[in-house]
Amino acid sequence: MSEAIEILFTASFWVAAIRIASPLIFATMGELICERAGVLNLGIEGIMVAGAFTGWFTVYMGGDLWTGVLVAAMTGAMFGLLHGFLTVPLGLSQHVTGIGITLLASSLTYFTYRILLPEVTSPPKIEPFQPFAVPVLSDIPVLGPALFNQTPLTYLAYFTVAAVAFVLYRTPVGVAVRAVGENPSAVEAQGISVTAVRIGAVMAGSALMAIGGAFLTMSAFNSFFFEMINGRGWIAIALVVFGSWRPGKALIGAILFAAFDAYQVRLQQITGGVIPYQIFLMMPFVLSIVALVVVARRATYPKALMIPYQKGER
Amino acid sequence: MDHAERPEAETVLRLAGITKRFGPLVANDAISLSLARGEVVALLGENGAGKTTLMNILFGHYTADEGQIEVFGKPLPPGDPNAALAAGIGMVHQHFTLADQMTVLENIVLGTRPLWSFNLGKAEARQKIRRLATDYGLDVDPDRMITELSVGERQRVEILKALYREARILILDEPTAVLTPMETEALFATLKKLVAAGLSVIFISHKLGEVQSVSDRVVVLRGGRLAGERRTSEATRRELAELMVGGQLPVNEIGPSTPGVTLFALKDVSTRSMGGAALRQVSIELRGGEITGLAGISGNGQAALAALIAGTLEAREGDIIVHGETARHWSPRTALDKGLGRIPEDRHATGMIGDMSVAENVISEAYRSPRFSRFGFLDWAAAASFAGDIIKAYDVKCPSPDARVRLLSGGNMQKLILGRALDGDPDIILASQPTRGLDVGAVAYVHARLIEARDRGAAVLIISEDLDEIQTLSDRIVVIHRGHLSSPSARGELSVMELGELMAGHGVAEGADHAA
Repeated sequence: MSEAIEILFTASFWVAAIRIASPLIFATMGELICERAGVLNLGIEGIMVAGAFTGWFTVYMGGDLWTGVLVAAMTGAMFGLLHGFLTVPLGLSQHVTGIGITLLASSLTYFTYRILLPEVTSPPKIEPFQPFAVPVLSDIPVLGPALFNQTPLTYLAYFTVAAVAFVLYRTPVGVAVRAVGENPSAVEAQGISVTAVRIGAVMAGSALMAIGGAFLTMSAFNSFFFEMINGRGWIAIALVVFGSWRPGKALIGAILFAAFDAYQVRLQQITGGVIPYQIFLMMPFVLSIVALVVVARRATYPKALMIPYQKGER
Repeated sequence: MDHAERPEAETVLRLAGITKRFGPLVANDAISLSLARGEVVALLGENGAGKTTLMNILFGHYTADEGQIEVFGKPLPPGDPNAALAAGIGMVHQHFTLADQMTVLENIVLGTRPLWSFNLGKAEARQKIRRLATDYGLDVDPDRMITELSVGERQRVEILKALYREARILILDEPTAVLTPMETEALFATLKKLVAAGLSVIFISHKLGEVQSVSDRVVVLRGGRLAGERRTSEATRRELAELMVGGQLPVNEIGPSTPGVTLFALKDVSTRSMGGAALRQVSIELRGGEITGLAGISGNGQAALAALIAGTLEAREGDIIVHGETARHWSPRTALDKGLGRIPEDRHATGMIGDMSVAENVISEAYRSPRFSRFGFLDWAAAASFAGDIIKAYDVKCPSPDARVRLLSGGNMQKLILGRALDGDPDIILASQPTRGLDVGAVAYVHARLIEARDRGAAVLIISEDLDEIQTLSDRIVVIHRGHLSSPSARGELSVMELGELMAGHGVAEGADHAA
């Protein structure tokens, strides 16, 4: 039993937790932006697959790592534009469209992978982002290496949370995004285009989701596998609710979930096969459902979430 | 407010020959209108007279088919809200356009700065809002969330939004519909300060009293046309009413009531909340042959009370007593079985099912009765003939019993609901906002039928936010505030202002819940 608790005080556990959290942070921030603007983006899972592939493929073809990240972001933004176009001006069901985007983006990615790399049997590798220890900060015991001996993409994830929070609460465009998710007619009445704000938000959010996908191929692993997103997009959707649509709380949610995930892997090793490993695999998901039940019942969701806005209608 | 009397007053706004068609319907037919600096013009008309359409054209939400608009001597490009805002036109919509979970300040600065800047300019904005608030009596804390504000305060935020953008012309669409008498007084005081500062106001309303007390000039619209224009000081109330209605104003005579026994009573009933306050230890008695009016600002528990009586909300404690017996189980079905006639608050949401036919809707409360079903199969012929009866008896304008209810106008839909509720002479009648959004003719009709029901001995409860309606119809008035009821007062016992005090919570269950 004490072994199980000791894990919590090892640096390697927290390093793993933060690494697992990083793609979730990108994806959660992306979904949060979309939903704050009133658009549910169930395309997230597929957009992450597409981002994982395009980012990785750019580097595989000889591109710079950061170019890869940029290409992934642009891929995401394009799928975001499609989702935005279908759900905002056309006002289609956001659920159906989102699931459609997920199916489209992931199938298109697998198809493209097969077309571009028809001969390969084992997935080709790239040289991924390497951990970079931030001087001084990384010397703090336990938390230092966990937070500050990571790859640059993880640092970008931290920055993203701060940037999303700053933009949403401290800038005019953020106020417009939140208002458009609360009451689009308030935005229209002040002379701002609801369509433009919503599509812009969905594109920006989708770009972040794609970077979250790219983290997996360019920072966590070094090649692209089918099914590697493995439900992370869906988790991000739950995390947004868990975080009551607030960037800071959502960040905590992402880290908690990742910590559970890292913990269960280590617990599996300790118990040495007495308990079936599937039970441990389940743990983070069960806990996230429990957390949702406890936390999210009182959550105040954006009032206009999932409601298409038609000009002139009341 | 005599600025308009001066002949040299500068014209700030001129609408010329505005025509707007929606398909075959002509919503605005060659309407011309002008507004002078420091003037309040009331735009008077019934629902559907074209007031809101005209103002939406002015504000750029719609584009006129014909006609021009000039603001401060310059033509206004059509169909562009930004141009209207830039020209100094501010509009306070009837349905507020505020984002609820944001602060007052955020709502006000929204759209006033270039979107891509790193600064909201909160400090500056806060200062400017405070200054405007003091200057014009629009007291509201810039850092509070909209959800925490009362309806009156939200309206102040809407006005501040316009003033913050340096509006010189303010359009108020039915601004008093949601206000208490005190809030209305405060609004009028603000308007006086605004015109004194040189702003001009267009005040849209269908209430004659307030039009007379606030405006310099009245423009009356009827059926999309300009029906007349009068200087307020020279027009009589009657004259304005007749211009608005296009004939004699229907008047209901209501005689003294002869209250009988208590048919329905609540005793110390509490409920959970339902889109507003919860009921707390509420007791009320509805007597036969008497109309009880429930006044109150919306959200104070009216919804819970209506739902409780209709059987859709459970009582947590207390008793429901029907015909002298305590009802053990009270559900919508028992309520109907015990003879409740129900006019729901929102005819579109809970009153009728828009995509179903008139016949289907009129039997929706009674489809189980042997009259409409045999061995579990519906008797459509009986339903259609019943629908036909109601259409005839209640003067519903509708093509046939098979017509979809969605196609009916609000007034006709309400008459249909009235027919369904009053058929079979129920002895307990619950009427929530029975005339909301109806024009004068339909209002008079609904009132007449409710009075008729009273006179044949039914116990009628009217829940309304329209104080005029409450005062006209009620034999007894009860005020609801934060889920508490005041003790009943007889007809004419309290003045409007005294009722307003009660509605604001002074004197309802004193000291009972100041914590809330």
